[in-house]
Amino acid sequence: MRPRLLVTGAATRIDGPLLFMRRTLNVGLNHAVSVQGGDGKIRLGRIAALDDEFLTIELLEASAGLALADTVVSFYLEPLHFGLSPGILGRVFDGVGRVLDGGPPVAIHHNFRIDGLPLNPVARARPHDFIETGISAVDLMNSLVRGQKLPIFSGGGLPHDRLAVQIANHARLRGAESRDFAIVFAGIGVPHASADYFRRSFEASGVLERAALFLNLASDSSTQRLLTPRFALTAAEYLAFVEGKHVLVILTDMTNYCEALREVSGAKGDVPGRKGFPGYLYSDLATLYERAGCVHGLPGTLTQLSILTMPSDDIGHPIPDLTGYITEGQIVLSRELDRAGIYPPIGVLPSLSRLMKDGIGRGSTHADHPSLSSQLYAAYARAIQARVLASVVGEEGLLDIDRKYLAFGTSFEQDLVQQTAARTLEDSMAIGWGLLRGLPISELARLTDAQIAQYIET
Amino acid sequence: MSVARISWISGPVLRARAQGPFRLREAVRVGERGLLGEVIRMQGDDIVAQVYEDTTGLRPGVEVRGSGALLGVMLGPALLGRIFDGLLRPLAGTATHYVEPGMRTEASLEFSFRPRMRPGEHAKGGAVLGEVVNAAGIQQLCLIPPDAEGEVTTILAAGRYGDDAPLCSLRTADGASRAVAMRHFWPVREPRPIAEWLPSDEPLITGQRVLDSIFPVALGGKAAIPGGFGTGKTMLLEALAKSCSADVIVYVGCGERGNEMAGVLDEFPRLADPRSGRPLMERTVIIANTSNMPVAAREASIYSAITVAEYFRDQGLHVALLADSTSRWAEALREVSVRFGELPSEGGYPPYLSSRIAEFYERAAKVRTLAGSTGSVTVLASISPPSGDFSEPVTSHTKRQVRSFWALDVKRAQARFYPAIHPLQSYSEDALDLAAWWGKVYADLAPDADVPANEWSEEWTKLRRRFLTLLDEQARLERMARIIGKDALPARQQLILFCAELVNEGFLRQSAFSATDRYCGPQRQARMMRSITRFIAAAEAALAKGISCEAIAAMQIVRRLERMGEDIAEDDAQAFADLSLSMESEFSDLVALTGAKREA
Ligand SMILES: Nc1ncnc2c1ncn2[C@@H]1O[C@H](COP(=O)(O)OP(=O)(O)OP(=O)(O)O)[C@@H](O)[C@H]1O
Ligand SMILES: [Mg+2]
Repeated sequence: MRPRLLVTGAATRIDGPLLFMRRTLNVGLNHAVSVQGGDGKIRLGRIAALDDEFLTIELLEASAGLALADTVVSFYLEPLHFGLSPGILGRVFDGVGRVLDGGPPVAIHHNFRIDGLPLNPVARARPHDFIETGISAVDLMNSLVRGQKLPIFSGGGLPHDRLAVQIANHARLRGAESRDFAIVFAGIGVPHASADYFRRSFEASGVLERAALFLNLASDSSTQRLLTPRFALTAAEYLAFVEGKHVLVILTDMTNYCEALREVSGAKGDVPGRKGFPGYLYSDLATLYERAGCVHGLPGTLTQLSILTMPSDDIGHPIPDLTGYITEGQIVLSRELDRAGIYPPIGVLPSLSRLMKDGIGRGSTHADHPSLSSQLYAAYARAIQARVLASVVGEEGLLDIDRKYLAFGTSFEQDLVQQTAARTLEDSMAIGWGLLRGLPISELARLTDAQIAQYIET
Repeated sequence: MSVARISWISGPVLRARAQGPFRLREAVRVGERGLLGEVIRMQGDDIVAQVYEDTTGLRPGVEVRGSGALLGVMLGPALLGRIFDGLLRPLAGTATHYVEPGMRTEASLEFSFRPRMRPGEHAKGGAVLGEVVNAAGIQQLCLIPPDAEGEVTTILAAGRYGDDAPLCSLRTADGASRAVAMRHFWPVREPRPIAEWLPSDEPLITGQRVLDSIFPVALGGKAAIPGGFGTGKTMLLEALAKSCSADVIVYVGCGERGNEMAGVLDEFPRLADPRSGRPLMERTVIIANTSNMPVAAREASIYSAITVAEYFRDQGLHVALLADSTSRWAEALREVSVRFGELPSEGGYPPYLSSRIAEFYERAAKVRTLAGSTGSVTVLASISPPSGDFSEPVTSHTKRQVRSFWALDVKRAQARFYPAIHPLQSYSEDALDLAAWWGKVYADLAPDADVPANEWSEEWTKLRRRFLTLLDEQARLERMARIIGKDALPARQQLILFCAELVNEGFLRQSAFSATDRYCGPQRQARMMRSITRFIAAAEAALAKGISCEAIAAMQIVRRLERMGEDIAEDDAQAFADLSLSMESEFSDLVALTGAKREA
């Protein structure tokens, strides 16, 4: 994008991220601007409001250092765009799509608006291709499918990065060697060490040349965080729907994104809602998370694996809550399991994959996969209930059957959830059947007689 | 038409200086692309409008053109079987994969028409002008618009015509002439008129046991489904769309996921209506305003949907309006209200939230139509309360309007116990009015030998109450067990816990993925309820004879009862009879065996 018109000295007021100036040009709402201060730094922004005399610019990068007199505003006469070509793979960008790795500029074949247009629901194809991640608590219990948006709900200090890398490195369609995949990674306000962990892991597994990295580090401008996922998703959509690749997008940490949104909205004087977040947080997040899926007639797909840390481990906090209302399920990490030394510490009960039903069962994974996972869920939920009861009245206060469930719960966590190496779905299923054999048949109401004969009574 | 020029714009809200008269709620077109908007405020010479499409690029000076009409939609035979955006513009057949701003209303479609009126006849608003048949062979009625009346001067003969072609001409009372086509315009925020409200004594059968038998909703009733994320609201609404006993389904995805809409579009044409055997899509109208589509249109989509529902009701049909989710509608209301500086009240929502909710639910009813037939609109709507907390404004205001409240429970959902309807937090005020209807279902079944004939009509009421009491006792006993331990409960109470679990597993749980169980008709529901009740009575009797709770729990029949939903097909009365026999013999064996042991 090249600026078309330059204006100097028209700024009348700067208030946090907002810059007010006299409207000397005929520009439109949401059009991009870049604002250069006397310090020489260039900041991106967009036109947030207009009236006959004035216009309001929302700066998407730090406004510190700007002055009224020497500020130069360049107008692009169109919304923010990102120039793209296959050359973005293997490259590292900053949070607003500028090359950061010292390499040459990326050739531009296409220019896409970073805040995309909503995909027509009619154009969407229903995602149904099961992805094997090698992780039992995911593959068996919360299966991921291509085109799904499945975030990881984590907490400070939990191994979400390791899990995300593991999924990214292992994810594959069963029985198929896919060469058409790509990874788009967006670090949003993450510490340098974390961004570096991802980069090194991708390098070690040899996928770095198929990855595009967008880095807004913890030390970078917080307002810029509103743009980072949009640049990353624009790149991902391009790779998926123009280049036909199966793209896995990792956005981390969405909590930082939401904090930045709260900061900007506070400065704009928006009416604060729950915990100070603006009322439009849901709609705003939807414009990011909904950029995933499959499209009729196009070969590529876009799968989102975002990471967010739940403030105070509270799943009811607006950030995880609103995310859960938009995404197609969630993988929840449990501090309790982590403390017990179980890796991956996936809390199976609060986790959910909504698209699992379309990706498993006869013809895709295994005819008995749905019943097995449903029965394991029912039994594990009973086990947790028994555990709660036992913690109050002691194990002696339990009935025999509850004690059996207690034992089931422990083995479920230690033998199924916990794992050191990747497992095939068949391995995971075999472990699952084995666990159910520890319960009386009368407890297995979710299995058919045939399944009991085949897997339990052997 | 009047014109105004933008003087201020921010997000979806603009202010414009009017150069002519505008009306509140008038539809407007903005700029070159003709973006659709609506006047929501008037201040002196200024109008404030909300725009239903992406406003990028708009600027001061841009023209806002009044349409002369209130925000409304075209109602006609082209609606069935298709998908539209929140303002009822077709979504299929667009040039790109994306929803571009400035889409226009579609061109006319052709249908075959057969008149039912003659020249010289006096036509009242809402009367049947003729019949229309669409490509799928479905017959619909063509109505005189409710706001028109007069003498038929000309009417076309049977034939194929465009849905916008004038079919008939009326001479109105003031001597003017008015043309009537297959489709007509109606403002979405205005309820369509009816002759009278009718009491409802008939249920909308949903095929879900926990709803029909425990928390039923009447035809023309209103039900809310609140629940935190992932508790099963959408799945439940989809299950209702697939199998409920309505003639027409209007499904509005309001601020929810694009993939869910794609799922419905993918599945419905392939699934058959359980009653007619025709593809489900043929009786369905889908309105989609997904979460990433413009916010203001989300607010309008609910009104478009209920207007469409009323239009089919006026043809003498029973319509189910499924809305997912009304919270997104309320949030859209809040977002727009905040934009133009209204003082927020509770939870940031505008002070008129509760009256808007009330107005919306008031449009659900069973009625005598203007044409004299019976029709209904049943509203079934989900609510997405923040953190799943039902004390928030949208849930609490809705609770005062609806008669059925189906609360989804996180604990049940986490155990993958579906539908996750919490039996103690949910209720149905319609249950009383529907008792007679259900009484007849029970009476029509081969009568239960244990129930005297004069009580057949009461059977449902009794069984239902019995189940609810049992579940209530379960909750109480579980609290107690947490203090004294489960093993310290007396055998009678342990049996209550066991039987309540059987009601849960064997009756309330219903798998949407099982081909047999995804739909459960009233008769099968009655047979299942009876089987479980019979078991409970036998178990209590056995306990009184000194048989232990463990021995009862270990009976073979328990598993049969827990699996009857999936194992016994819809019309298999014999299987229930067999079940009953095995139950009797296993109990008598158990009693005999225990007696023998005691003697030995
Ligand atoms: N009746 C059911 N039978 C089987 N599975 C179900 C049923 N209801 C819900 N589920 C499971 O739970 C998941 C979540 O359900 P659903 O999408 O309906 O939740 P929701 O309440 O609409 O959530 P949100 O508010 O986030 O939209 C489904 O994807 C499905 O896996
Ligand atoms: Mg939903």
